[in-house]
Amino acid sequence: MTKKVTATNEILVKNGFVYDPASGIDGDVKDIAIQNGRIVEASKLTTGAKVIDARGKAVLAGGIDIHTHIAGPKINVGRLYRPEDKLHDPAMQHSSRLLRAGGGFSVPSTFVTAYRYAVLGYTMANEAAMPPLLARHTHEEIRDTPIIDQSAFTLLGNNWLVMEYIKRGETEKLDAFVAWMLKATKGSVVKLVNPGGTEAWGWGKNCVSIDDTVPYFDVTPRDIITGLAGANERLGLPHSIHVHANNLGHPGNITTTLKTLALTENLKTNKKSGRNQNVHLTHAQFNSYGGTSWKDFESKAGVLADYVNSHDHVTIDAGFVTLDETTTMTADGPFEYSLSGLNHLKWANVDVELETGSGVVPFIYDPKNHVFGLQWAIGLELALLIKDPMKCYMTTDHPNAGPFTRYPTVTSWLMSKKARDEKLGSLHKWVAERCQLGGISRELSLYEIAQMSRAGPAKALGLGKRKGSLAVGADGDVAIYDLNLKTTDVTQRPELLVKALERAAYTIKGGDIVVKDGEVVSNGSTKSTYWTDADGFDNPEVKHDIVDKFLKYYSVTLNNYPVQDSYLVNPTVLKAGPLAGGI
Amino acid sequence: MEKITLTPNSEKYLVLEAEVITPDAFAGKSLEEIRALLVWEGNTSWPLGKFFDVQGSTAANAADQAIVINGSVPRVKYVGSRMTAGAVLCKGDVDMYCGAWMKGGSIIVKGNTDAFAGIQMEGGQLIIEGNAGNYLGASYRGDWRGMKGGVITVSGNAGCDLGEYMMGGTITVKGNVDINAGIHAGRAIGAKDVGGKIVIYGDSPGRVGAQMIRGNIYMLGRIETMMPGFALKETKDVEVDGRTAAFKVYQGDRAEAGKGTLYVKA
Repeated sequence: MTKKVTATNEILVKNGFVYDPASGIDGDVKDIAIQNGRIVEASKLTTGAKVIDARGKAVLAGGIDIHTHIAGPKINVGRLYRPEDKLHDPAMQHSSRLLRAGGGFSVPSTFVTAYRYAVLGYTMANEAAMPPLLARHTHEEIRDTPIIDQSAFTLLGNNWLVMEYIKRGETEKLDAFVAWMLKATKGSVVKLVNPGGTEAWGWGKNCVSIDDTVPYFDVTPRDIITGLAGANERLGLPHSIHVHANNLGHPGNITTTLKTLALTENLKTNKKSGRNQNVHLTHAQFNSYGGTSWKDFESKAGVLADYVNSHDHVTIDAGFVTLDETTTMTADGPFEYSLSGLNHLKWANVDVELETGSGVVPFIYDPKNHVFGLQWAIGLELALLIKDPMKCYMTTDHPNAGPFTRYPTVTSWLMSKKARDEKLGSLHKWVAERCQLGGISRELSLYEIAQMSRAGPAKALGLGKRKGSLAVGADGDVAIYDLNLKTTDVTQRPELLVKALERAAYTIKGGDIVVKDGEVVSNGSTKSTYWTDADGFDNPEVKHDIVDKFLKYYSVTLNNYPVQDSYLVNPTVLKAGPLAGGI
Repeated sequence: MEKITLTPNSEKYLVLEAEVITPDAFAGKSLEEIRALLVWEGNTSWPLGKFFDVQGSTAANAADQAIVINGSVPRVKYVGSRMTAGAVLCKGDVDMYCGAWMKGGSIIVKGNTDAFAGIQMEGGQLIIEGNAGNYLGASYRGDWRGMKGGVITVSGNAGCDLGEYMMGGTITVKGNVDINAGIHAGRAIGAKDVGGKIVIYGDSPGRVGAQMIRGNIYMLGRIETMMPGFALKETKDVEVDGRTAAFKVYQGDRAEAGKGTLYVKA
């Protein structure tokens, strides 16, 4: 007996201006139909479909944040040690029959994080740093975050076994170990944060160039990056290695950045993965600095943009600085230590045994200071100088460079020269002198913004068939904004753009209407946790090594380490390895 | 000045959070509107009139508005918090956060205040005729930007962590204080003021000025245990509140390379 397929959650979004770079649609008036959580041909719908009149409105795929920090231990440290972050939050959420109370400006609570993403029209957010040992905690927080799809990137750039296999040149074992780690932590991506440097920090040192040796392990960031990039391609993981480069946040670091990107120039990208790049440089703004000190600090965004324009093996996200008071947090322990030295505010630092570390420091990006003004400009320069928006994505590295709730404002700076010139004029005079932002006349279109926030990140994550797209077969994730570019010139009226993007008219997640008129109306039913299964790389010797490490060094037993499926909401497996190429 | 009198009726409650008891909220409203202002009891809100008899007359703006709380309300929080002008007189005790984030006007409490009175105060006058609790004139939990301006005077004793993270303004305590008076004072970045001034007439068990960077603390009583981070510079005559006496002048806290001054009566 065949199972009867019933049509549920049928929605017809009628007559909107559709901006869908994945299908090459740029503002055409079209209908978008959703059935059983996926986009379908409008003719497939039954007569019972709910109709949304999107006439005069902009229709985009649901937004995807490729790099954000919204679940896990260090976010919790930020929440716990910044009660004042809630005091200063003007938009604290009261509880209702539907929604949970909560808030926080830069480190909001889990529930409120989801509400705010949904209200912006976002339907997926990727937690960019999961310490393997604390993966359970991370997944517990993801479980507490409703509505949006999530995945978590497993930190491997300072892992003892990774470094040992790389040092000994045991690539097969490295591959098996990476596959095991993604499975054990239910992670989606191989994440490197200050490769080698965070481990060196355990010895009071750092790796500021890619050729500094990690104490005891006798490997360099160069070895770790090329080693993990190779494993990533052999495993055919959906996303490339996701790199927070060495020497982040320091004047003159453009040299390190270019050397880092050059490492994988000749590495062949595994095409089954669905992506083009073999390295993703995250929050690139923090790695595009010239000068030798904060005094002669200057922008080198043009140099990085030139590199990205002339190479296809790299994608970046920008890490836009929003000039707010926020909370910085990263697995780059030594960087957080030097930040705390700059502002003398409270500082938390943790070493995660055998794996990684992290630090948390509150930070005020004061617009009056030339350094912060330049950081603001560098992010925008990157986005405007990189010709193909499919290579450069919308992030603030939330909450490091600013909260994600500022995406509409960032978009207004990108789409309106008037908006960014106004801001530039209010900053320290050195800012305009030491960057080329004032001379850039490019104004991005909404199509290009959709590439930066939808199609681009989806493709880079290897999720292009299902996410960031309104093509038939894609997930029914749709954002509708009350924004008519035919009648509103947002280059001259940027405030109207911000207003429209800040409160989506509708956000549809997997066929559920979760936001209507800027208010959350449902907690959705299709939230999934994505993780990557690179099956077929089992290696008994690696299993032995893992057991040995746990017996000798870990303070937990191996039995208490891997995250069971029951921790995940709707686990969705991204296939890799021999099975790569499908979800 | 027009005066509104709030007299507690015998209605029972657990704890009230009454941010609305300020001249700013009352000015320009009718008595009925004032009675309808909401106060919180746990997660439930009630009209102010459920707990107080509201009488008197309202002024057009906050500066001309006085509020008298005609009795002791030791479980009413946030009295006069965030007020910018006008006057509040409480004839008995009040609970936590009295005068917190206050910007102007004056508050007189005839009885005691609980913790967090006058935290992150920016201006105005807070006079406590009884005792003050912990964290008087301090920063909000977790914040590093304490009291910025204004004057706090306590006739009785004060608790611990008085003036924590103080940036400016003056706190005077006529009685004794507990530990940590002036802790972290003058640390906030960009503070234009010198870190404020604390005058203590009574005694403290210790940790006075711990980790202070800037500002002045005058101890007219005794410090049981001095912080080791303070270096004695000299002994000289200093005028405090119009009276001159000999003081030992210390600088510290050297543990934080601080340039604060601690005057201890010789």
